[in-house]
Amino acid sequence: MRQDSNLITKSGNVLKNVVYSPKKSLFYSQRLAPYVFIAPFLVIFFGFYFYPVSYTIIMSFQEILPGQIRFIGFDNYARLFNPTFYKALYNTTLYTFWTIVILIPLPLIMAIILNTKKMKAKTFFRACIFIPSLTSTIVAGVIFRLMFAETETAFANSFLSFFGFDSVNWKQNGATLMFLMVGLASWRWMGVNMIYFLTGLQNIPKEMYEAAEIDGANAFNKFRHITIPFLKPVTVYVLTITLFAGYKMFEEAYVFWEINSPGNIGLTLVGYLYKEAFQYNQLGFGSAIGVTLLVIVAILGFIQLKLTGFSSNGGK
Amino acid sequence: MSRLFYLGFSMLLVISIVLSGCSSGGDKKVNSNGNSEASNGTNKAQEMTFWTFQGLHIDFFEDANKRWNEANPDRPIKLKLESFPYDDMHNNLLLALQSGVGAPDIVDIEVNRFPNFLQGDIQLEPLNDIIEPEIDSFVKSRFEVYGKDGQYYGAPTHVGASVAFYNKEIFEEAGVSPDDIKTYDDFIEIGKVIKSKTGKPMLPIFTNGFWEFYPMISQKDSDFFNSKGEVTLDNKKNEEVLQYLYDLIYKHDIGVLAPGGHHEDEEFFAFMNDGGAASLIMPSWYASRFVSYMPDLAGKMVIKPMPAWKEGGNRSAGMGGTGTAVTNQAKDVELAKEFLAFAKLSKESNIKIYELLGFDPPRHDVWDSPELREPNEFTAYFGDGLFDMLMGIKDEINPLNITKLTPMTRDLIETNVLHNTLREKTQTPAEALKQAADELRSR
Repeated sequence: MRQDSNLITKSGNVLKNVVYSPKKSLFYSQRLAPYVFIAPFLVIFFGFYFYPVSYTIIMSFQEILPGQIRFIGFDNYARLFNPTFYKALYNTTLYTFWTIVILIPLPLIMAIILNTKKMKAKTFFRACIFIPSLTSTIVAGVIFRLMFAETETAFANSFLSFFGFDSVNWKQNGATLMFLMVGLASWRWMGVNMIYFLTGLQNIPKEMYEAAEIDGANAFNKFRHITIPFLKPVTVYVLTITLFAGYKMFEEAYVFWEINSPGNIGLTLVGYLYKEAFQYNQLGFGSAIGVTLLVIVAILGFIQLKLTGFSSNGGK
Repeated sequence: MSRLFYLGFSMLLVISIVLSGCSSGGDKKVNSNGNSEASNGTNKAQEMTFWTFQGLHIDFFEDANKRWNEANPDRPIKLKLESFPYDDMHNNLLLALQSGVGAPDIVDIEVNRFPNFLQGDIQLEPLNDIIEPEIDSFVKSRFEVYGKDGQYYGAPTHVGASVAFYNKEIFEEAGVSPDDIKTYDDFIEIGKVIKSKTGKPMLPIFTNGFWEFYPMISQKDSDFFNSKGEVTLDNKKNEEVLQYLYDLIYKHDIGVLAPGGHHEDEEFFAFMNDGGAASLIMPSWYASRFVSYMPDLAGKMVIKPMPAWKEGGNRSAGMGGTGTAVTNQAKDVELAKEFLAFAKLSKESNIKIYELLGFDPPRHDVWDSPELREPNEFTAYFGDGLFDMLMGIKDEINPLNITKLTPMTRDLIETNVLHNTLREKTQTPAEALKQAADELRSR
């Protein structure tokens, strides 16, 4: 805010009435600017995240039928202790575990290979690995489903029979279905995670490696003592998003069996939520599943950040 | 000021993108060929929206709309027809009725989802005043599945008589005839002959679909629930049917686990199309799957009544169905009801049900009319006399007891019961049915 309304030019002339109109000064106000810039975020956050989440928490204590909404205390949560929920929790956790086991080391190794100077046609390979993430899970999943069909002439089974193995009922068995789901997710997300690691690798100063070479470090020592520590922030980030993506998984299971799979081998927590809330018209119980999922993910995320030392020292 | 203008303008753009994102996601999609403009040039046409999950029904209602406007030039209707995938439509409808906005005027609801809409304050309009005058001409049990407490909420689309499909080429190769099968014991005997002569299995058995098990228990006068709505899933008769299916596979060696496990699976279509099995037990609406997905079997399949459990027993069961309902959000409830009566309950409309959809119409006083004897794509595939066969079994259909647990019962049978007993063999029929029934009783 300016104190006087006159400006003095270089030559000493006083310019009268150079007054910033209240409107304009509001527009240039430095105190207001930050709020204007975060306003879109706040609107979206409160409209599409905060409001639905708080309403879900309320709904999880209600029985909801058209025109008849009543509070039923913790009944919805008490109903969670059933075998179907345990099965969904087990499937989801196992799926998350496998995606973490595969989707962190493999993209890291690929990024390192594609980052070396000796590698030829780098851009081509990077594009090849990245392209799957541009497809939709459903479209890719339908192709997976056809490739791994039960018939002996399907791609996967004819491949197996070429090597003399029996054909497999891929979709009917818990372990092989998990393989398909994790395989689909890995195929799609490999490229994205690789890009994260590549970015991290390119931010490591070359001097570090040169200094290490002078000190006589071999390739493994350089990887162990330079690459890994420098990639830690990226790794923690990738770990976090993989964990969250694993627990909110829906499409990878849906594309193989929709909601009802034999023996519920393809049922995930979000699938269970969808089934109860929309297929059985139990919106209150569905909300309770959603809130439970939120709590589980929040706890796991907290533990994970604690273990990797992110909550205390700001990421280093 | 121009900067302010740009800021305002860009904010407007952002907001419009966000808002248009919402509306295209949450709102309805108009089926490209379902956008009917059937009004006769009258400008007072009442607009109405119709939702369905079955694209074929769009053509049917488009035709009904045209005929209505010809018959009632003083009260034209402009029907907006929209078709969605099965799950999407039912879920959207549930939320629209729950929240009180956005529901269509008239809507198709599938029988297994119908109970979801009969809970709480029912958001569908009772149709008794249009149904009761006509009900004597109908297969009455088809209204009861869409009703509650003496009120009817849905107009049926078909009887859904279950039938047996036989591959006569395989039968001829084995030197037997489908007409020799009268009971399920005959079914086993003929099946053994076919297996020994041709090496082909008699019956594919679905482990993720319940359209064999359900008709077969209905034939035995059993059901998942009794007429009071109590769970009877684990009764003796159901156990016997499940044991029969088990024996076909593991004792008599004439049944085979259906590839893919479900009647809509690509693997199963391919298996059946290649002449993989000699027969199939399914509701008659499955005929359209043969026509669309198993073209190589054209002219080779015949449709017959199901085998009976004992001589003279029921040879069919009424399965599946779609109830068309009027929602309480309809702009003009009375007009919507009148139109629905015109489109689904009148004699003429029931003839159209056969002509346009190939279904067995629920109104039995049209079953004798000559229009139902004329050739269509189904008679071209399965041969003549199709409708007379369906007529012959109309009195052998038991009503079904549909309750609010029906959606869950279906899921339990399709996920656990059939899979565990027939494919994994980890439970006996009695154990699997008991476990499912207990889970239902605990709800």
